[in-house]
Amino acid sequence: MTKITYIQHNGKSHTINVDNGLTVMEGAVQNDIPGIDADCGGSMACATCHVYVKEDWFNKVPSKTEGEDDMLDQAYEPKSNSRLSCQIVVSDELEGLIVNLPEKQV
Amino acid sequence: MIKTDALIIGAGPTGLFTAHQLKLIGLNCEIVDNLDKIGGQCIELYPDKPIYDIPAIPECTGEELTKNLIEQLKPFNIKFHLSERVDEVKKNNGHWNVKTNKGTEFNTPNVIIAGGVGSFEPRKFAPKECERFENKSILYSVKDKSIFKGKTISIFGGGDSALDWAIELSKDSKVNLIHRRDEFRGAQISVNKVNELNESGKIDLFTKYQLKSVNGTNKLENIEIMSDDKEIKKLKTDYVLGFFGLIMQLGPIAEWGLNIDKKTVAVDTEKFETNQKGIYAVGDICTYPGKLKLILSGFHEGALAARACFKLARPNEKYRFEFTTSSKTIKDRLGVKE
Repeated sequence: MTKITYIQHNGKSHTINVDNGLTVMEGAVQNDIPGIDADCGGSMACATCHVYVKEDWFNKVPSKTEGEDDMLDQAYEPKSNSRLSCQIVVSDELEGLIVNLPEKQV
Repeated sequence: MIKTDALIIGAGPTGLFTAHQLKLIGLNCEIVDNLDKIGGQCIELYPDKPIYDIPAIPECTGEELTKNLIEQLKPFNIKFHLSERVDEVKKNNGHWNVKTNKGTEFNTPNVIIAGGVGSFEPRKFAPKECERFENKSILYSVKDKSIFKGKTISIFGGGDSALDWAIELSKDSKVNLIHRRDEFRGAQISVNKVNELNESGKIDLFTKYQLKSVNGTNKLENIEIMSDDKEIKKLKTDYVLGFFGLIMQLGPIAEWGLNIDKKTVAVDTEKFETNQKGIYAVGDICTYPGKLKLILSGFHEGALAARACFKLARPNEKYRFEFTTSSKTIKDRLGVKE
């Protein structure tokens, strides 16, 4: 179990324990955290699980694979610290990870 | 008013195979899809990505899967209504009256929703004031390119649509191409062409920029774009085109009186019927305990929903289960000569 904090665009914060091996997206969906749609179910095909990874964490999370930036082009208000949360697999190293959710996904 | 035994909403893999199952058991059906082509998510989201978990097909792309499903439907003459979205589903004397946004009307005892995550709609610009100019000077698709002649067009996006239109419109218009990264995901040949046109001054290229604001009183006058380092540029422009791909919206399905939870429709696992008699949901859009969002699950769900349709479409006949390997009737339907 790893502690992950999701901060909604309105500032509301949710800290939950996510099983290692799940993705940051799955952690949110399984715990009913609003703000992550994940329409394609985690196949990196839609950009509706877009999150902003806090600067000091950005270099610690597993880096992007080919295709993720292509999908992020289509996200709502992408920034330099944007990631698709379905591509971040939770592990002990991510204990305390904080992600901010965009105003909306579509 | 078109009368049919079953109407399928969605021409993705599940909708296509459901049509096959309906035709096999002797029912007719028609298919409506909001996209302009057959294949659903397979063709729109991952035409080139290999899929490895279709039974008996070790590897195939979304496009190949779609091609094979269409091939499988070839013996049957199925009418597709593409680029049409079902807007209304209303009860009428035990049947359903269905109406699309183009005005096509159906009367059917069975409606099968195979709509994935809903209908595909273009992804829009973030700044709110864009809505004011939408469909006038801010567009997400090109219907008539002659309106751009001699004008200044600002095109946003990094995929093939953005690149292709930038190249095409640069012949008769002044084109700004704006993209949030300096890498494009479109075809390399188009990227090279855009770079050439940029060097020869036919296209003004702005990479690592995004739309910040749009300005104008009655008509669009200029836009502001902002770079990653917060540098702002003002561009005079007549039209703005946004190509950010498509998103899926549940859309009108939400208004048909169905049990909807988290964009999915609750069904039973015998008929895949919703809380409305004669309306079924199959594939990614349905939910039940243990639901897996896999294409193979959609095939199973469609096969069962098709059998349930028989009862309502042929109330005075008895459905008899038959195998394709041995049934003469089914072979006749398939046009198989022995």
